[in-house]
Amino acid sequence: MLVIRNLHVSIGDVEILKGVDLTVNAGEAHALMGPNGSGKSTLTKALAGHPAYTVTQGEVVFQGKDLLALSPEARAREGIFLGFQYPLELPGVRTYQFLKSAVDAIRAHRGLEPMDIKGFSKLLDEKMKVMEIDPALMKRSVNEGFSGGEKKRSEMLQMLMLDPKLALLDETDSGLDIDALKVVANGINAQRGPSKALLLVTHYQRLLKYVTPDFVHVLMDGRIVRSGGRELAHELEEKGYDWLREPAKSGARA
Amino acid sequence: MTQVLTRDDTYLADFQALDRGQHGDAAWLQPLRQRAWSRFTELGFPTAVRGNERWKYTNVAPIARSSFKHPVDIRPDDLSEAAKLLGRAPAHADWTTLVFVNGRYAPALSTALPEADGLRATSLAAAFATEGAVVEQYLTRYAAFDDEAFTALNTAFLRDGAFVAVPDGASFPSPIHVIFVTTSRGQPTVTHPRTLVVAGRHSSVTLIESYLGHASGPYFTNAVTEIAAGEGARIDHYRLLLEGRDVFHVGTSRARQEADSALSSTSFAVGCALGRNAFHVLLDGQGGSSVLNGLYRIAGKEHLDNHMGIDHVRPHTTSRMNYRGILDGASTGVFSGRVLVKKEAQKTDAQQHDKNLILSREAQSFAKPSLEIYADDVKCSHGAAAGDIDEDALFYMQSRGLDRRTARKLLIQAFASHIIDTVKPEPLQDYLNRLFAGALPGFQFGDTP
Repeated sequence: MLVIRNLHVSIGDVEILKGVDLTVNAGEAHALMGPNGSGKSTLTKALAGHPAYTVTQGEVVFQGKDLLALSPEARAREGIFLGFQYPLELPGVRTYQFLKSAVDAIRAHRGLEPMDIKGFSKLLDEKMKVMEIDPALMKRSVNEGFSGGEKKRSEMLQMLMLDPKLALLDETDSGLDIDALKVVANGINAQRGPSKALLLVTHYQRLLKYVTPDFVHVLMDGRIVRSGGRELAHELEEKGYDWLREPAKSGARA
Repeated sequence: MTQVLTRDDTYLADFQALDRGQHGDAAWLQPLRQRAWSRFTELGFPTAVRGNERWKYTNVAPIARSSFKHPVDIRPDDLSEAAKLLGRAPAHADWTTLVFVNGRYAPALSTALPEADGLRATSLAAAFATEGAVVEQYLTRYAAFDDEAFTALNTAFLRDGAFVAVPDGASFPSPIHVIFVTTSRGQPTVTHPRTLVVAGRHSSVTLIESYLGHASGPYFTNAVTEIAAGEGARIDHYRLLLEGRDVFHVGTSRARQEADSALSSTSFAVGCALGRNAFHVLLDGQGGSSVLNGLYRIAGKEHLDNHMGIDHVRPHTTSRMNYRGILDGASTGVFSGRVLVKKEAQKTDAQQHDKNLILSREAQSFAKPSLEIYADDVKCSHGAAAGDIDEDALFYMQSRGLDRRTARKLLIQAFASHIIDTVKPEPLQDYLNRLFAGALPGFQFGDTP
């Protein structure tokens, strides 16, 4: 579904990703772990097309298409969803209207008519239940004045409404208490399926108790230094990242 | 005050014609007009020179240099043209609507007021005859012309306008809509719309003023509104500047509020070659509160100057100003908000905010907040902000599948909604939502992608 080859990404003059290779197939859940500043968020932002992140080398193929040639909205319409670590507040943009416009934009790309209000409301009700979201939030501005937990649940609600093929979730677990974490994990699990894929960026292994990844990768200093199965997450939990640091550096010099 | 001389004597000729022709008027009206005319000739049009703070950012030379004819009477053509132009204004079957064509009351286009509880909503021309005493008591009392050239000019041509009087204790939830329409006369014209609102003790009323006209060249609207709010009165006031891109509009509003009265006035403006929206409130009774809000959207070379002033002269008075501008092209927007707190006005609570969305590199906004405080126990603040559309917000919306243009539109509407959401009459709120979304014929906005 997604093939990343030798991806180099800079912000301004600073190179953050220094040659990332990663393949994600349909039906798979990948966890991307690593210390602060290793480039995890950069990878998700670059894949979603944030203009501040410049791809200087490499290629990304998503479902046979050159992803890097597409605008951010075209990537979303093709089926990529970015769950933001810090979801933006959009004062004055009603959550309901925002969701409806987004769902209709993606439907239009798939050659479908805008959803009728009744069908949309029904779908929204259903997904709000999964995410345990108070329907009153729909009348409020997008994320404005939402608590940290509400923002993350609202991100997952957007994901479920947009029904993407590949969800890139950037530290969706951060700042959540255990109850909220379980709700968010339910949302993520609802997004799994044979034709779908996940890339979970996380610091800690605690989300992975509820969302079991098929693969775990460790990103350090802009490169993937270790890949493995879910047991790698347990190993990281025990040993931290330092034991991987030296090989990463020598690798960088080589 | 420094003055700019007008290039021709059209104003003089028109004033003399009016002065000779209006013998049926109340005895006090003609001398009033003559005093106003001579004051206008002394003052001349103001200039944006150093030291003239009131006109610092607005150069009225284009008005002073032009020749504007004063249309005397309504012609049949004017009525049919005005009827078409009215389609651009908000409307609702429950509203009382007074239409003025080129400054004169047009009963044929107006909806009669249901006789209820003594509310008066009529033309000033009629009121001069039927309730001259009330009119004389209030007219020009707050909109003084000794230091305001445009008010002096308006008063020199005073002979009609809107008159709204609400008796003590009466409440009228359904809006009174006063519309001033300028029709095309084949040459630039000037009108001097005048509105007088007298709200009795513990009365409540909603008033909408709309200004619009033809789109076939420049004209000049020189409007003056006076509002007297009695003790405990509640006034919801809306002012809609819906004139065309070539139009000059100078609006001067003055209000005086007695104890515990509440005035909320919100102005909306789209387009205007040169627009001035001045509003001054005198909080002259303990417990009075004023809200002056505004929203405007300008583009091209348009210029809009919002000039707000609130004088707190009694204790426990509250005021809020909240203005928002959306500026595109090479337009300029001005917000100046002056809050004066007199020594006696302890426990004053005053806030002002001015926020601008700048959509292009060439557009400019000027903010000039000023607080002049002579009391020592007050709470006053001001804030101003100007910025482009937030790129991160745009990216967030794009990452949900919305294209840039749609995302921008939603963000612009969201910015406007902070003011539009405060509008109480629902049909008016709906109208304004459509107006500022560029969804009304005649009011489209070029959208910078």
